Amino acid sequence: MEYILKGGVVIDPKTDMEKRLDIHVDNGKIKALGSNITEKNIETIDAAGRIIAPGFIDLHVHLREPGLEAHETIATGCRAAVAGGFTTIAAMPNTKPCADNEAVLELIKNRADRLKLARVLPIGAISKGQQGEEISEIGSLYQTGAVAISDDGKPVVNSEVMRRALEYTQIFGIPVISHSEELHLKGDGVMHEGYWSMLLGLAGIPAQAEEVMVARDLILAELTGGQLHLAHLSTRGSVELLEFYLDKQVKVTAEVTPHHLLLTDEEVKEYNTSTKVNPPLRSRDHVEAVRKALKKGTISCIATDHAPWSEEEKEQEYNKAPFGISGLETAVAVCWDTLVVKGGFSPKELIARFTTGPAGVLHLPCGTIAQGAEADFTVIDPNLTKQVDTALFYSKGKNSPVNGRSFRGWPVMTIVGGNIVMKDGVVAD
Amino acid sequence: MGIKGKDLLTVEQLTREEMETIFHTAREMKGIISRDIKKVPTLRGKVVITLFYEPSTRTRASFELAGKYMSADVVNLNIATSSVVKGESLKDTGLTLQVMGADIIVIRHGMSGAPKMLGQYVPARVINAGDGYHAHPTQALLDMMTIKEHYGEIKGLKVAIVGDILHSRVARSNMEGLLKLGADVWFCGPPTLLPAGLEKTGVKVTPDIEEALQNAQVAMMLRIQLERQKAGLFPSLREYSRLYGLTSQRLKLADPHCLVLHPGPINRGVEISGEVADGVQSLINEQVTNGVAVRMALLYLMLGQKGE
Repeated sequence: MEYILKGGVVIDPKTDMEKRLDIHVDNGKIKALGSNITEKNIETIDAAGRIIAPGFIDLHVHLREPGLEAHETIATGCRAAVAGGFTTIAAMPNTKPCADNEAVLELIKNRADRLKLARVLPIGAISKGQQGEEISEIGSLYQTGAVAISDDGKPVVNSEVMRRALEYTQIFGIPVISHSEELHLKGDGVMHEGYWSMLLGLAGIPAQAEEVMVARDLILAELTGGQLHLAHLSTRGSVELLEFYLDKQVKVTAEVTPHHLLLTDEEVKEYNTSTKVNPPLRSRDHVEAVRKALKKGTISCIATDHAPWSEEEKEQEYNKAPFGISGLETAVAVCWDTLVVKGGFSPKELIARFTTGPAGVLHLPCGTIAQGAEADFTVIDPNLTKQVDTALFYSKGKNSPVNGRSFRGWPVMTIVGGNIVMKDGVVAD
Repeated sequence: MGIKGKDLLTVEQLTREEMETIFHTAREMKGIISRDIKKVPTLRGKVVITLFYEPSTRTRASFELAGKYMSADVVNLNIATSSVVKGESLKDTGLTLQVMGADIIVIRHGMSGAPKMLGQYVPARVINAGDGYHAHPTQALLDMMTIKEHYGEIKGLKVAIVGDILHSRVARSNMEGLLKLGADVWFCGPPTLLPAGLEKTGVKVTPDIEEALQNAQVAMMLRIQLERQKAGLFPSLREYSRLYGLTSQRLKLADPHCLVLHPGPINRGVEISGEVADGVQSLINEQVTNGVAVRMALLYLMLGQKGE
């Protein structure tokens, strides 16, 4: 496929470029960049008024397959990803069976490759069976394509196991992604502990349940020199700890989710189970803190923690419903509206958190627009205002707390390896 | 005037006018309870279903009697022998009751928010008879009715609510109602049983029972449950009783006319001494009678008024 993307504003944080440029795509790669490329007999695609960014990367997605296909499959998850503007996603290993072995990794890769939609990068389990007892065959996982390891969904309770994981991964140079949570402090909590949990009579999860474990993981990262990535950071205390250890040059990165950037614990007041997520939606001061850290870049990535659940699962009592938000198809719009339109971020700053940020964590070559690079693009219409309607989601998970809300700034085209896999919200067959 | 919302889920949702209407109606209903023939035809042909997912004596019996005194058909669904034990969801149970013709579903549930969820699925009106740690509006209404009967006005009264505030829907609903009516509300208990987030409410909080009782006009004692000891929230019932039990000695700190309330069932000798529970200042039995009256008032206001 050969074509010219014409008239868009190309924003590439990696090369610090922001310019009206045409892009000549050929054979899956960027053949040329120029201010006015005209070639006869080559199709042109009008991108006037649009922003062309390097393909967005989401390093925290739950695809549910194998084993939990009632909630999502690799196919529905990949459609949701490209519908939401993501060209690359990293799949968390808490499937059934979990991705602690080559077979599951191969299955995920093969099924994803056949779809020719998003690029799917598997994440392996830290421990065998994600039991937190013995480290898994990280070398084999790495050789099969694991870009990181994580026991996401639960913390590695045993500090010794965490230490060994942070040491052993240094052979391969991949990060350990930590789900930092102290389970006793979390207790049977289902939402952020504070004013709203008190009023609603729901058991609270204090911010400190996260912070205690973030502190431990940072201490172990310093001890070992391993690469630590903190998943879904949600509190002010976590940000303070992160910044303290960044100052000490510890190898650590962190992500924040769109929902923790936009929503507060007040959202829970209607007992809508789509607001039930772990870590929980926090109070305003925490939201401000993670936004500020994202702006500074101490939190370098936005990740969705896309956690789809079937309606039966979420149509239960708040205490019973599972934790998780289906986020792939709203992430970009939520963040564009919240941070660029209303939050003082420049488009380039936001794009960096979806591209160079996660690419840096996973050491990926993608995330830039340059001659010869892969033709992976996320095209955004910064002026498009649209209402979220979960009935139109490609994901099986309709569990979105922003259903019915309007946002400005939507991905309107997703290009992976030169193929247009989404156009105007419609995913290619 | 009835209740504006479809469902009665919290005290918070009620306006002061609605609360006054409920109190006023309940006082009239109380007259029926003391009659020889306790039956009026007001709700003939109406169906009230009680759906209790948690054990209850007072609340359930009083809803049942309230309905029967007004000639409604009342069905009590016993969860232990219902399809719920086969794994039926709350949604499906609610829809089933709906198509059987329920006009009002009274629900008690161990999980906060369950009555609200039920109300979203069924067109029948839903009354929350206690959900998790969230709300117990009919209990708070009967407590406030009891206080009003004795003081006339709630405004300005010091009300001390003592015990396991963290797990108490009674405390939360009373807080909402009493603050709305202008009381000086105090929460007292060990810090392990006080929830976070009370700063913004206007309630005064103290771990010191003497401070809480000082000149109080109402002392409301909450039931302490043994499970909380097992969860490590206090070391023993013995120590709890020593630190927070209401004894005649402690009651002397309060206003000489201080009313003693307890939502029941009481643990004699734990949060309240037998002497105080049976003493002249105790209105624990009056609360139970008022409970029937308040529930009659609510069924009347939510059913008798329909279609007017």
